Amino acid sequence: MKIRNDLAISETGFVFDPITGESFSLNQIGTEIFNLYKEEKNQSEIKKIITDKYDVSEAELDKSLIDFEGMIKEYNFIQK
Amino acid sequence: MKKLTIAVTGLNNTDNPGPGVPVIRSLRESDYFDVRIIGLAYENLEPGIYMDNIVDKVYSVPYPSTGTETLLKRIKYINSKENIDVLIPNFDAELFSFMKSANKLEAIGIKTFLPTLEQFEERHKSNLSDFGEKYGVKVPKSKTIFNQSEIYSLSNDFSYPLLVKGKFYDAFVCYNSEQVLNHFNKLSSKWGLPVIIQEFVQGTEVNVVALGDGEGNTIAAVPMRKQYITDKGKAWAGITLSDKNLLELTNKIIAGTKWKGGMEVEIIKTTDNNYYIIEINPRIPAWVYLAVGAGQNIPEALVRLAIGEDVEAFTNYEVGKMFVRYSYDIITDINKFQLLATTGEI
Repeated sequence: MKIRNDLAISETGFVFDPITGESFSLNQIGTEIFNLYKEEKNQSEIKKIITDKYDVSEAELDKSLIDFEGMIKEYNFIQK
Repeated sequence: MKKLTIAVTGLNNTDNPGPGVPVIRSLRESDYFDVRIIGLAYENLEPGIYMDNIVDKVYSVPYPSTGTETLLKRIKYINSKENIDVLIPNFDAELFSFMKSANKLEAIGIKTFLPTLEQFEERHKSNLSDFGEKYGVKVPKSKTIFNQSEIYSLSNDFSYPLLVKGKFYDAFVCYNSEQVLNHFNKLSSKWGLPVIIQEFVQGTEVNVVALGDGEGNTIAAVPMRKQYITDKGKAWAGITLSDKNLLELTNKIIAGTKWKGGMEVEIIKTTDNNYYIIEINPRIPAWVYLAVGAGQNIPEALVRLAIGEDVEAFTNYEVGKMFVRYSYDIITDINKFQLLATTGEI
């Protein structure tokens, strides 16, 4: 899954979609995951990075990642 | 720098703002001209009259409803004092009079850069269906009605909700025929007939401010999404977009119509990425200063075209540039007000 190149994200997690003009705020972990997707890391790489860094079970992370990906798709953030 | 005297209407920087003040701000920032601005005011309390560094001189002008000849007579008087080079009208309701008088104005040395009467008429809300068909662009289904009796048969052609629009301004979403009747009466008494019934297209409204050179070329175009909308439907904040489809659609309209002058295209983008044109305003919109901030000084380009210069098309603008409006109290002396009220000029 590749995030669109034209989406800008600030250090504080503010995402601006220049096509629709919509903006979104991500929390710290959301920002980290969003940036990992932008770096074209796959899901297992993202899982490893996050579980190495944070105290989170794989099952809990799986659920959160599915939700996050669903949201990314819903907002058309995926590169076509 | 070339010195120019430019007359501008639309100084009503209110909660339903006219484009005059942003047009003047844009011209004052020009790298090509040193401008003297003559404000033309319909009302004595238009805020642009009292703002600092906006107008150099103000004259009151009669409403277009008093007739083109009366308006022209007043403009001739003002021109005899000020020697106007270019006139930029900014209201839909006055455009017809100025377009009709363009040759007479030119004869006394006043240049304009306005759409032709044909261009003005065919993009009219009441003609939007034919416009869409002629130029191959999607428009919502619409119908003009002249009589209350036509309201009850609307459900044969439209499903509710639908939009009821005034000839010049105002639009209301209606969910049943009683609401249509109510707004029909209000709109017809305010703006006259016909009243326009339009299919309600669900989606996000986006707007493009653009300038056509009259030969089919787009000189400038900047798309914007309203971020904050007042209860009058006016943008109080907005942001520039990078949607190529909006620019292509604008280019298609300008190329097809050979549009001359400023314009605002109002578009609904649906969730399945269809673009419906809901309105084409035949003048610069009040949010034009956003385009200037993003890198396209449209009023400056319009004046250059009006005085016969070759103007290269803008190719770029900054995406993600925002504007936020504000209201502000100016303290002024009664002297200005009384002078304008009694002599018609300050």
